Amino acid sequence: MNAISDTGAAGFLARFAAMQGRLPGDSTLRLAAANAFRSLGLPGATRGRRVEAWKYTSLQALGGMSFRAGAATAPAAKGIVFVDGRFQSGTEKNFARFADRADFGELSWPDRDPMAALNTMLAEDGAIFQIPAGIDAGLVHLTHIGTDGASAHPRQTIRLGAGARMTLIETMSGSGCYLHNPVTEAHVADGALLTHIRIQADAPAAFHLATLYVAVAAGGTYDGFTLNTGARLTRTEIHASLNGPGAVAHLNGAQLLSGSQHADFTSVARHAAPKGTSRQTVKNVLAGQSRGVFQGRIEVARGAQGTDGYQMNRALLLSPDAEIDTKPELEIFADDVKCSHGATIGELDAEQIFYLRSRGIPDSEARAMLVRAFLAEALDPVTNDTARELLEDAVARWWEGQAA
Amino acid sequence: MSAVNETLDTVRSVTESGYKWGFETNIEMDVAPKGLTPDTIRMISARKEEPSWMLDWRLRAFEAWLKMEEPHWARVDHPRIDYQDIHYYAAPKKKDGPKSLDEVDPELLAMYEKLGIPLKERAILAGVEGADEAPQRQIAVDAVFDSVSVATTFRESLAKVGVIFCPISEAIREHPDLVKQYIGSVVPVADNYFAALNSAVFTDGSFVFIPKGVRCPMELSTYFRINTKNTGQFERTLIIAEAGSHVSYLEGCTAPQRDENQLHAAVVELVAMEDASIKYSTVQNWYPGDANGKGGIYNFVTKRGACLGDRSKISWTQVETGSAITWKYPSCVLHGVDSVGEFYSVAVTTNHQQADTGTKMIHIGKGSRSTIISKGISAGQSNNTYRGLVKIMPSASGARNFTQCDSLLIGENCGAHTVPYIESRNPSAKVEHEATTSKIDEDKLFYCRQRGMSEEDAVNLIVNGFCKEVLKELPMEFAVEAQKLLAVSLEGSVG
Repeated sequence: MNAISDTGAAGFLARFAAMQGRLPGDSTLRLAAANAFRSLGLPGATRGRRVEAWKYTSLQALGGMSFRAGAATAPAAKGIVFVDGRFQSGTEKNFARFADRADFGELSWPDRDPMAALNTMLAEDGAIFQIPAGIDAGLVHLTHIGTDGASAHPRQTIRLGAGARMTLIETMSGSGCYLHNPVTEAHVADGALLTHIRIQADAPAAFHLATLYVAVAAGGTYDGFTLNTGARLTRTEIHASLNGPGAVAHLNGAQLLSGSQHADFTSVARHAAPKGTSRQTVKNVLAGQSRGVFQGRIEVARGAQGTDGYQMNRALLLSPDAEIDTKPELEIFADDVKCSHGATIGELDAEQIFYLRSRGIPDSEARAMLVRAFLAEALDPVTNDTARELLEDAVARWWEGQAA
Repeated sequence: MSAVNETLDTVRSVTESGYKWGFETNIEMDVAPKGLTPDTIRMISARKEEPSWMLDWRLRAFEAWLKMEEPHWARVDHPRIDYQDIHYYAAPKKKDGPKSLDEVDPELLAMYEKLGIPLKERAILAGVEGADEAPQRQIAVDAVFDSVSVATTFRESLAKVGVIFCPISEAIREHPDLVKQYIGSVVPVADNYFAALNSAVFTDGSFVFIPKGVRCPMELSTYFRINTKNTGQFERTLIIAEAGSHVSYLEGCTAPQRDENQLHAAVVELVAMEDASIKYSTVQNWYPGDANGKGGIYNFVTKRGACLGDRSKISWTQVETGSAITWKYPSCVLHGVDSVGEFYSVAVTTNHQQADTGTKMIHIGKGSRSTIISKGISAGQSNNTYRGLVKIMPSASGARNFTQCDSLLIGENCGAHTVPYIESRNPSAKVEHEATTSKIDEDKLFYCRQRGMSEEDAVNLIVNGFCKEVLKELPMEFAVEAQKLLAVSLEGSVG
């Protein structure tokens, strides 16, 4: 089989050639995506080709790998479970499978975003949620499990009707070396509220490359939070567009890294209509030789008056070999706006350590307390109790791993 | 006179006279044919009577330039520049030194008058024999009239303390060792497209050398002007401050009104040794093009300082109101332990102006500190971008950066953008960045208006307050001029 011998982009293209006829949905769209992926390639894997959007993250390591399509099964978990990007178990009222009802949505840019192109080309399955107007779908758990050697390209769509509500908690984990490459599209209609919590604790050898496209209509709210603790290489790319007056988007996150992990949090909050509000706080805690990347842009289109945009990026460097690269951007084409961003980078405050030590707390314990306080603050924007508990557990697990 | 009254006067005088500095002086020029070839470079080098190492250096830069591509990452937009359609050399024809001001070309004198240069200095600038005695004003002016420094004042009083302040072409001939050692050491020939172009074809500029322990007794200044049609200006400035020395250098720019776009690609290199400090201030008011965006100067400048010595300091202050396009990132490379870099900037864009400006602070030395204060004001259909980099290398333990970028929007058709890059590889370094974008506070405006100020005055007052942190960094003479410039630049963009 060719798909196994070819690596990187060529491997993915070979797999597409082999299974093209069996993939669900619009085949012209897939062909176009394959052509786009062929010309875009894996960012950083082609010598001499640099892309500003991927300035700090290279997928070169992925270029030397080959992956198979998903086939494995995994032990059952809570809610809806996908293994290697394929549905395994679970039921939910407003849930459908991409494999049964291929919906590529309308927000993604496979012609521009290489990972969206790869996903569009190879997507076999994925979760589709359609919440009718005025319905509160409550809390839904969605679990992704990766297994060694597989690459998963789940295609997910979430559509909330006017005034609908939903809290979606996604957790990602697995074992071995695999690629998780989901594309998620969320439509939040007038006055609807989507709380979207993503807890990424993929296996230490895995690659996690997620792209999210969000469209919020008038008075709607997208309340997103992503926690990245797993995977050797992570990229979380979010494009949120505030399309109706008074739309709200929260693009919060935290990245806890150690060893030689690399995690890139890239987002664009686009204010396309007046009186929108966007909020973003992203915290990085970097130990070992890890590298954190934050690229966040607030865009205000001409005419989007009354926009209120705020963005904060903070990084705590715990080791002399850790690195943070931050690029908070403002792009503003309307005058009646209030936009600001801030970034701080540093180590633990020496005065705070001194304060604790002067009260008899040993140095290592004082440091631990301050790091935990920094992390607790990162979770502040999350108000849903269940989500918060899960996030606190994940943070605690990460911290225990550091102490060990 | 209060600042407001002064501002009003300026607005009036400018409204009446159109672009104040928009005159053209018809002096006989010695112009090279259009186009850029190794022969053009040989001609420039020969005209400047340069040693062969300088010509070789220029040709190396030209070779590098040929292999490079014009950068397109900045948020600026302009028609393709035809580099073969530019005169690369223009010099006023040399005459024997005049005996008195009466013998000086009246055109040149008229130009000085419009520039507001005092009579005594005019004589010195025009090269009148015996005129350069007893300085009355403690500012030394090295006038760059198009590409050639016409004359240099106050050289003798500077020479007494060992300061060298002369055209760089002269420095190449008379202080070749210094020039050879430092030129291209901060901005290498192939650093970027425009720097490579400048290295190949620069015609003149200023050279400053402050010897060990000397505090330069006066502010040094250069008036840059662009004159002959279609002459790109390619100045090269090199300032070397030896251990424990101090210098403050002012650069002010005005240019005649024109229809065709003109290219300006200067390179400024600063070198600060142990305990030395260099303060470099700029007021840039080149012709920005008319209200419809026609004409105006393209200002593609590379400015960079190296804090080589421990505790050295380089401070950039700029007020950018002119030019159709500004592409400029005065930077500091902080090698020295406890060295300091500063960047204070006000950039105003109106009509169809485009400014993409900011700074780079590269922290290498332990305990190096940098401060960035940038104030952008956009009005009309203009676009104003702050683009900057703060980079902390692993060696820069205890480094510190504070950055503040504020943008003010006037009118709904302009754009304000902030693109900061922050890269830190040392945990003991502390980096803080803040940026805000907003329009003029309605409450402040209302407060001024209810006290009887016109809307325009109120805006000027608020804008001046917005820029205060930067303006206070300017030397006295420039602070007043800059305040006027802000008012003039924004004239007509309110209401």
